Amino acid sequence: MKAKLMMGGVLALASTCLFAAGSESVVAARLKTDFHTKGIAKVERLDQDPVQILCSTPDLDSVPQAQQFALEKQQRAEIKYPADGKYLGDWKKGEILAQDGRGNTWSDTPETPIGGNCYNCHRISPQEISFGTIGPSLYQYGKKKGYTEARQKEAYGRIYNSKAFNLCAPMPRFGHVGALTEAQIKDLVALLLDPESPVNK
Amino acid sequence: MKGRLLISAAVVSLGMAGMAWSQGNSATAEIEKYREMLGDGNPAELFEMDGEALWATARGPKNASLQKCDLGLGAGVVKGAYAQMPRYFADSDKVEDLESRLMTCMVKLQGFDRAELSKKPFGTANYKSDMEALVAYVVGQSRGMPMAVPTAHPKEKAAFELGKQIFFYRAGPYDFSCATCHAMTDARIRMQDLPDLTSPAGSQRAYTSWPAYRVSQSLFRSFQWRLNDCFRQQRFPEPTYASESTIALTSYLATMANGATYQGPGIKR
Ligand code: HEC
Repeated sequence: MKAKLMMGGVLALASTCLFAAGSESVVAARLKTDFHTKGIAKVERLDQDPVQILCSTPDLDSVPQAQQFALEKQQRAEIKYPADGKYLGDWKKGEILAQDGRGNTWSDTPETPIGGNCYNCHRISPQEISFGTIGPSLYQYGKKKGYTEARQKEAYGRIYNSKAFNLCAPMPRFGHVGALTEAQIKDLVALLLDPESPVNK
Repeated sequence: MKGRLLISAAVVSLGMAGMAWSQGNSATAEIEKYREMLGDGNPAELFEMDGEALWATARGPKNASLQKCDLGLGAGVVKGAYAQMPRYFADSDKVEDLESRLMTCMVKLQGFDRAELSKKPFGTANYKSDMEALVAYVVGQSRGMPMAVPTAHPKEKAAFELGKQIFFYRAGPYDFSCATCHAMTDARIRMQDLPDLTSPAGSQRAYTSWPAYRVSQSLFRSFQWRLNDCFRQQRFPEPTYASESTIALTSYLATMANGATYQGPGIKR
């Protein structure tokens, strides 16, 4: 927490946002006044970590690249890869999880399973034609990229924390924030990189 | 008018239930088909009529109507007022959007309690919202008019700037901001088209088609509702109804839409 705040302070100086007396921006203070906790969506969700602060800059091109790279590096260092060194789970479970867009809104409960939300933004298995286009198509991911262990590890890392590779990417940090478990991320890696997955047929 | 409404009612009852969402088409394309079926009718007209009656009815502890309410163009002027909101109001010394301003009038003229009014602003299947009916009436009176949100007052400028910062504010479990979903051209979530609200064309099309009748809910929805539901999808906590933040965000979006013709109330999925 302390480290986070210090980091925030450094970024605040560098960014163009208007900052109030303390470490908090004017906009953050305003939002915390105007929003309230509803169900599982607590008002503390408005607190930003250094990545969120930096990536809230409307004109991202104005942010020095060195700053982005430094934060990416720090995010990469925090990725927890599976201790057993295995990245491939069950693609069938991965497909179900990829379909599921539930979880984490104020209309969900603590018991609502948290989905992978993948089809919201990506094309994946060709059978599913209702897919979003915010992210790139992942159809034939393995066929195109190869099935090596290095590829599996990379895919695991990107699902765990996309910001570790592309700081201001739209994609959530599913592992970093604990939305998905290690086993679930492995299932998603299998959906992309198991040669038997419909993605690679 | 009457004929149109009859058609609307008939189509709504057959409406979406019988209509299979055909494969491969985006939700927008389906809504286009539905609009064609309706001709120029819009079920929102029923809400507009309710709102018009409410506007003229003496209500509240002071037993007064809203006919002296100043929406920015002078006491009682409804025609064209919505196309020039949000705006600064000297009497409240605040920038107000339509819903905030309606509450200000209901408090001042009719004696209602603001906190009470903001408790249940959105209708449900079993609860009709007076606020949404009033909104339907007022926005309908700006149909066909150019968006001309004023930007000269310092508080209007400040609201626009704050709104812009909020639009790009990333937070929550998924690091989302409005821009995460609404800053790309031709992007979709599943089959739902996402307007690029950072481009004039995208924000003009989106802003001028709200508030709207939502077919999937059979309800009329205000702009505060639209923001509220996007904040929910953003995994944020809930914005307080007609709070400064929501008004500022509306100022940002409405100002971006300036110059376009207001088309609402719209029809949405
Ligand atoms: C997680 C993605 C997501 C986020 C974040 C998000 N929206 Fe949306 N927004 C949508 C979707 C999906 C729709 C399509 C509407 C529907 O049918 O539900 C939409 C619709 C809209 C519309 C209406 C567009 C139209 O043409 O009908 C507006 C305006 C809007 N959003 C504004 C915002 C604002 C302002 C924010 C930030 C508070 C925001 N959205 C955050 C997903 C999002």
